[in-house]
Parts: sequence; C-alpha cells; structure tokens
Amino acid sequence: MNEDQVAEQFIVDLLQFLKSSKLYTDLFNAAQIEAFKPSLRVSELRKGVQSGLINGGWDRKLRNAIYHYLHTHPQQPTLPDPEHNKEPLLYIRKAQQTWEKKILKSLNSMCTELNIPLARRRAEREQKDMAARWTELGTDGPDLGQIRPVYAPKDFLEVVAGLQNTNYQNSVSNGGSFYNFWGIIQVPVKLKTINQLRVQYSEMSINQCQTGVDDLPDIPSELFDADRAKLGNKVLAANHAPVAREFSKKGCPDSMRGEMWCQMLGVEVDEVDILYYEQLKTCVLQHDLLVDNLLYKDVKLTATNDDHYFVFEDYLYQVLLPFSRDTVILKHFSHNCATPPKSYIRGKLGVEEFAVVYPPNGVIPFHGFAMYVAPLCYVYNDVVTLYHVFRQMYIQYFFRLHSVSSDPQGIVALSLLFEILLQTNEPELFFHLKNVGCQPLKIAFKWLMRAFSGFLASDQVLLLWDRVLSFDSLEILPVFAVAIFSFRKSNLMKVQTYNAAEAVLADVTTLQVVPLLQLALFSK
Amino acid sequence: MSSCCPPPKMARLKYATDFDKSVLLNNFDTRGWVQVSTDDDWNIYWAGVHNIRNIFSVECGFRMGDDQVINHFPNHVELTRKDLMVKNIKRYRKELDKEGSPLAEKDENGRYVHLDFIPLTFMLPADYNLFVEEFRKNPNTTWIMKPCGKARGIGIFLVNKLSQLKKWSRDGKGNSFVAPTAKETYVISKYIDNPLLIGGKKFDLRLYVLVTSFRPLKCYMYRLGFCRFCTVKYNANVSELDNMFVHLTNVSIQKTGEDYNAIHGGKWTVENLRLYLEGTRGKEVSDKLFDDINWLTVHSLKAVAGVISNDRHCFECYGYDIIIDDNLKPWLIEVNASPSLTATTSSDRIMKYNLMSDVCNIVIPPGEFPDVRWNKVPAKENYGNFDLLVDEELAQAELLSQEVKARAGASNATVRGARDLRKPTTWK
Repeated sequence: MNEDQVAEQFIVDLLQFLKSSKLYTDLFNAAQIEAFKPSLRVSELRKGVQSGLINGGWDRKLRNAIYHYLHTHPQQPTLPDPEHNKEPLLYIRKAQQTWEKKILKSLNSMCTELNIPLARRRAEREQKDMAARWTELGTDGPDLGQIRPVYAPKDFLEVVAGLQNTNYQNSVSNGGSFYNFWGIIQVPVKLKTINQLRVQYSEMSINQCQTGVDDLPDIPSELFDADRAKLGNKVLAANHAPVAREFSKKGCPDSMRGEMWCQMLGVEVDEVDILYYEQLKTCVLQHDLLVDNLLYKDVKLTATNDDHYFVFEDYLYQVLLPFSRDTVILKHFSHNCATPPKSYIRGKLGVEEFAVVYPPNGVIPFHGFAMYVAPLCYVYNDVVTLYHVFRQMYIQYFFRLHSVSSDPQGIVALSLLFEILLQTNEPELFFHLKNVGCQPLKIAFKWLMRAFSGFLASDQVLLLWDRVLSFDSLEILPVFAVAIFSFRKSNLMKVQTYNAAEAVLADVTTLQVVPLLQLALFSK
Repeated sequence: MSSCCPPPKMARLKYATDFDKSVLLNNFDTRGWVQVSTDDDWNIYWAGVHNIRNIFSVECGFRMGDDQVINHFPNHVELTRKDLMVKNIKRYRKELDKEGSPLAEKDENGRYVHLDFIPLTFMLPADYNLFVEEFRKNPNTTWIMKPCGKARGIGIFLVNKLSQLKKWSRDGKGNSFVAPTAKETYVISKYIDNPLLIGGKKFDLRLYVLVTSFRPLKCYMYRLGFCRFCTVKYNANVSELDNMFVHLTNVSIQKTGEDYNAIHGGKWTVENLRLYLEGTRGKEVSDKLFDDINWLTVHSLKAVAGVISNDRHCFECYGYDIIIDDNLKPWLIEVNASPSLTATTSSDRIMKYNLMSDVCNIVIPPGEFPDVRWNKVPAKENYGNFDLLVDEELAQAELLSQEVKARAGASNATVRGARDLRKPTTWK
C-alpha cells in the first residue's frame, strides 16, 4: 500500500468510527433542529445548518473526537498478523506469554489453596447488603488474612531483567558472558537522547515560568500566577484538546486540573456514562470475584496506610471494583503486548466455547495497583467522573507500566532510558553504585512502575502527571528518577552497601518535581 | 540585661516545665537551655494550667522578673472555657452592634452577617428556659452538650429530646444565686449536622494560634495545622447518635476505635485539605474558606482582648478547633489553652517539634534573654511556619505613616490601615 492508499484507508476507518459513535447521533439531531429553524431558507440549507452547528459548538466537539481518534489509533497500516501489532519482537512476546502463564498459575493456586472460587454469584441478601454499604466498603470488608498480592514490582523487575535478545551473539543465553549494557536491562531498544528529550520538553525549560515553581505563595502573583489563571480560563472555555495540552505543558493550576485532564483525555461524562457506571456497579453486586479480594487487600496495604490518601479509601473501592468488570478495557489489548487471561467454566477446562476472560477487564492487579487511582481523588470528587478519567488514563498510559513490550513508552524502554540517562549524566555515580552491589534500577523500578504515586507528596504527583498527559509521554518518569539520583548524589557516593543506598532514597516525599526536572534537563 | 555588652551568641536560658514531653524538652536542650525547678529563677516556664492559677493568684505574692516569660495568660479561661468564650463573643457582638459598626451587620433573620462564627449556644443551667424556647421552634434539630470544665471529649453527649436534659431543668428552675462552677455548667450548642465530608468521613480542623499580646493584639497563625478524621463513616442517622466514634473527632477518643491506624493517626495536613478543595471546589471558595478562618480567629481574640489581663510576661499558644460545614463555612467549636503535645505519629512528632521551636523563636528572639520591655516585634525570618495574622501596633504605625504621607501629598497612598485592622488580607 502506498502512502495515499494508507491515508485513504485511515479516513475510511475514521469515518466508520465516527458514524458508529454517539457523537454522530447527537450531531444528526442537532442538525435536524437547525434545519427546522424558521429563519432558514431551503436554498441555503447546507450553509445555514453548518453555521448553526458551528455556533452551537459542534465543530469543536467533532474536532475533539477526531483528535482523540488520531491519538489512540496508529496511522501505520495494520500488519497482516495481529500479533505483530501487539508486539513485533518475537522474544519479547514469548517473555510476556511466559510471565502471564506464571501469574495465572499463581492466581489459580491461591484459589485452590484457599478454596475460593474465581467467581461466585452473590445471594440476594448479600447483594442488598452490599448495595447499602456501597459508599463505605472500607469498613467490615472481607477477611483478607490469607490473601497475598499476585506479584509486586520486584517480581516484575526480575522478568524484565531476564529479557535477552536471542539474536545477539554475545548475549548470555547464547553462552557468551558479555553484557552489552552496564545496567540491568539488556534489551536494545531505540531511545531518545538527552538532547532529543530537551527538545521534547522544551516548554519546561528554566527560562519559562511553570506551575509548581513560579506560583508559590512567596512569589508575587503578578509575575505569573494571575496571568496563568486568566489564560487557563480561556483555554477551558475553548474546550479543544490540543489547546488544553499546550497549556498544561507548563502545569495545571490546582483548581483547573480536573477540567484540563478531562479535556486532554477526551472524557465528557454524560448520561450514558453514568448509566454505564451503574451497570458496572450492578455487576459488582451480583458477582463476587477473587480479584475483588486482591483489590481490597491492595488498598488496605497501600492507600489506607498512606498519610495522603487514607481519606479516600472508600472511593478507591468504588472505582476499582467496577473497573475489573469493565469489558471496554479489553479493546486496548489490541495494542498491548499482554493478552487477557482466560478461564474456563467449571468442569469445561480446555473447551474453548466455555472460555471467559478473567477478570472481565483482563487486568490482574498487582501490589500497588490501587495507587494509580489514589492521586486522582484530589481532583475529582464525583465517583463517575473519577472512574472514567481513571479508565482512560489506564488504557492510554498506565497499562504500559506493567506489560513487557518493546514499545518506546513501555516499562522496558523506560527502565533502559533511566539507566542510559543516569550513565550519561552521572557516570561516576552509576559506576560507584554498581560497584557496591546496587544497580540503580533496582531502587528506581518501583517508582517507575507506580508512576511515583505514593512516593511523592500528593500535589507533586499531580504536577508530574500533568506533564505525562500534556506531553503525551511517560518518558518524564525516568527523567525524574534520574533527577532524584542526581540530587542525592553526594549522599549516594558515600554509601557502601545496597541497603544504605536504599535508605538514602527511601523518603522522597519532600522533593519538588518541577525544579528537579528543570535541573536534570536543562542545567548542563 | 546591660545594654553596653553585646548579647551572648547563644544565651543559656533557664527553663522550667510541668510537662515531660519530648517535643518540648528536645527543643529547649537543642538551644543549650538548662532545666531548673519551678521554684528557681527560670527565664521561661512552660506551665500547666493548674499551676497558672497559683502563680497569678493574689495570695501567692509571686512577681515575675523582667527576664521571665510564661506560656499562659492569667485569665485565659475567658477564651478557653466554653461558656466564657461564648459569653465574651456574644458581648463583643452586642457592643459592635451598639456602636453601629458595619461589622455587626445583621441579615433579615437577625443573624450576624460577618460575625456568625459560633454555633447557636446556651449556657446550662442558667439559660435553660431560653434554650427550651429555641428547641421548641425547631424540634428536629440535634444539640451537643459539653461540660465546661473538661477537655479531650470527656463528658460530651448528643441531645435530640428535651427529656435527655431533665437534670438541668430542675436546676434551672431553682432560685440559686450561687454561680455554678465550671464543673457543673454545661454549654449546649446547635450540632452542625451538615459537616463537610471528605471521602464520606467527618473531620475537624486543629489550628495553632500564637498570641504574644492582647492589647495591642499580636497573633500568628501556624501554617501546618491538621485535620482530624473520624475513623467511622459519618452517619447523620439518629440511632448513631450514641456512637462517639462517628461524631467526635478528638484523637483520644478515635484512638480507641477499632479502625484507628497508627501510621497516619487519622490526621491529614491542612495543605492536603487545601489541594483537595481547590481541585474539587475551585480556588475562589477555597481561598474564601481560609480567609474566613483567619477572620474568625482574629475576631475571637478581639472579643476577649478587653477582659484578658495583658500581662507582658505572658504568651500563649492556643489550639483552635474548627468544623467546616458543607457550604464551606467554618465554625469555631472551642479554643484550647493547652493543646496536646503528645505525638501520635512520626509526622505528628516532627510537626509539634517544629511548632514549639517556632513558638520559642517568636516569643524570645533567638540567642537572647527574654525582656518584657521588648516591643514584641519579631524579625520576619524567625516566623518559621507562622504567618502574622494581626499586629495592631504595626498596623497602627503604618496607618499613621500613611496619613503623614497623604498629608504630604503623596498621591498613591491609599489608606488601607483601617481595613487592615478589621479584615486580614487574603493569603494565597
């Protein structure tokens, strides 16, 4: 297919997508209303309806819809083999499949050990009871003593560290002993250099005012804050996703963050979304899944013990439990290397007709999963909006942080980017740490996998995620990780053991994200 | 203190204390101060309220020297005892009303527009009949009974039926001319049944306010206050009225609940509260809330400024308990003279340590001996985490200097002074 044909095909796909979306019906109805207006003459039907629609703001909605479609659908021609779309490299695909089998096995064995079914229908009374307690599921939860998380970041790190490109003559799996890279990751993925990152993140450079640095109380507001607020209001009124993105590259003021993120993610909660959430809630009430216990346990282990997030415990259940029943999430597996795990109806093991995806959304939670939702509770206090924003953030960004893939935004590439950047910027530090038996990635990995949630102060996580959304890239995470190591370099150079290094980096809650990022990217 | 020799680098003050709390002692010891007994010549005495009565009592005859400071005002009870606080605030409002001050403006229901920051309160047994009248007007409301002389949530209970108050009705109808002691009096206030809930949970605010002088008023607000959350879900249901875990946020009560978590202790920083409110309700209303909190603090202090003995040896760090309702209006519940110095979590310990340190730096200029002749204007760099709320002396001086400028013809001097005395400027 040559370029023109690719473009044509893309337009055809786009139109098909738009025609089947709710926007089409709404637009059609609005056009009909315009057409009925008495001031319209038949000879000017087309122009009149068009200008009427533009006045009603429909052109913006259409533009937003197209923008979001462009963002979430790759423009390259789809390759013949769908597996290639998920992951082009064979050895990585194999690694992901092995990992998935391992997780599923662990889940199944927990099931048999504790004698809990993977899924079970709830009795009427239990359903009613749960419906009454829906907003306070945190109290009197199930007995979780025997439940363990399926895996934790350090387990996943082992998988990622074990990736070896079988094509390399010198790789360990072929009998060689030569490691191509200093760090843990041995996968040769193409990465951005520091200069490319500087260009990419140029809006954050030191000579530009940023939210998080230049709007602090001790700086007079005329310098930045007042104008920023005015501009922000204009941007919100324009309701156009790319504009919101540009604005947010310098950070969102706290009071505008909610709407900005909704605009960037394309989340507009309407009655259909509210109904959909209610439907998910009913699914939760009707069936009890083992995954629910895992989620409960995760919340109790992480958010409930966190100074910043314990208040929102009940909101987390109201988001996570429906999340695991949401089959819309299955769509993202077309470009995610992972495959949703399958389970079989009791007694029909191996019979494909009785295979179901388990959990319904295909995502098995790990230790710390609840922390993806926790910072969002500072921005949205309506559960339905909170749910939809989280879902969108998951299928656009967070899924990449826990699946094995060669995608430049995937956790493997991010980890490698962290290591290469640290080696380039702070070679003595990296060398020193490696010599004392502390590979820096071992400490930084959990930060990356959780996108720093739970490690930084609540407002700093939000400032960091502003940049993730606005630059549409997770690369800021490894850049920030490098910034932390740079910042604590003098203490780290003194450590002599892995534990001492961990202790130096154990508490990063006092760090300010934006100044550190500016230092790391632009000060050399 | 001689004025010809330069003050020593780190003056070795002598301190006495009634409290064996690490956040205090560590602060004093770090400064190189020496502990002495309460009978010796101390420079700073961190006293408990029970000893204050003795020190200031007429019979005792103890006079403090010029280089001695103490952490309570003699009659602080005018602010810190529940019934006296209410009495003083009511009197203050009436006085402003008589003067015709715009502050005392009332709305069509007779409620004060700017000074309505305490819930409707009556003293029992004295105002029993007034209370009954009010109760009969709105029989479905809940009221909260608090003993005047107790702290930490002891003896508090909720009332929604007159029968629960039989004991006080008998006393009220009596003809006793003996003023009841603090032990026997109760205050009954309208219960705020629409508190702001976060995550579905009720909370109250604990803020620290340092006062170094009442006339002229000099007060400072600590930035790092905290929210105390109830461990159990808030339930306005009548049957839950007896469940103290739901309704009272005092940490000493919450600590014994099943769901109490010792890592965060149910405490949330005020910064997180602000982040949450700005994110979910917007900047204007959240700024207004914090302005209103500053406003009510200042006016509660002005209300008692006339009756507190403004002894120059005294300063006091109050613990203000405030509840926010779901219209984002703050209500002053009570003021504590001896806010707890016990740390329940590690971040709590750090916060209270810093609080004490900042108090010491403001009250006694670092490195110097206390001197009551000092004008009590601390250097800005010693504020630590305190923000100046009001310094009437400075504001007056600024006003005068602006008037001079205005008379001299400076065109850009707007007379902000008068407004400053009444309304603190907006903080970011």
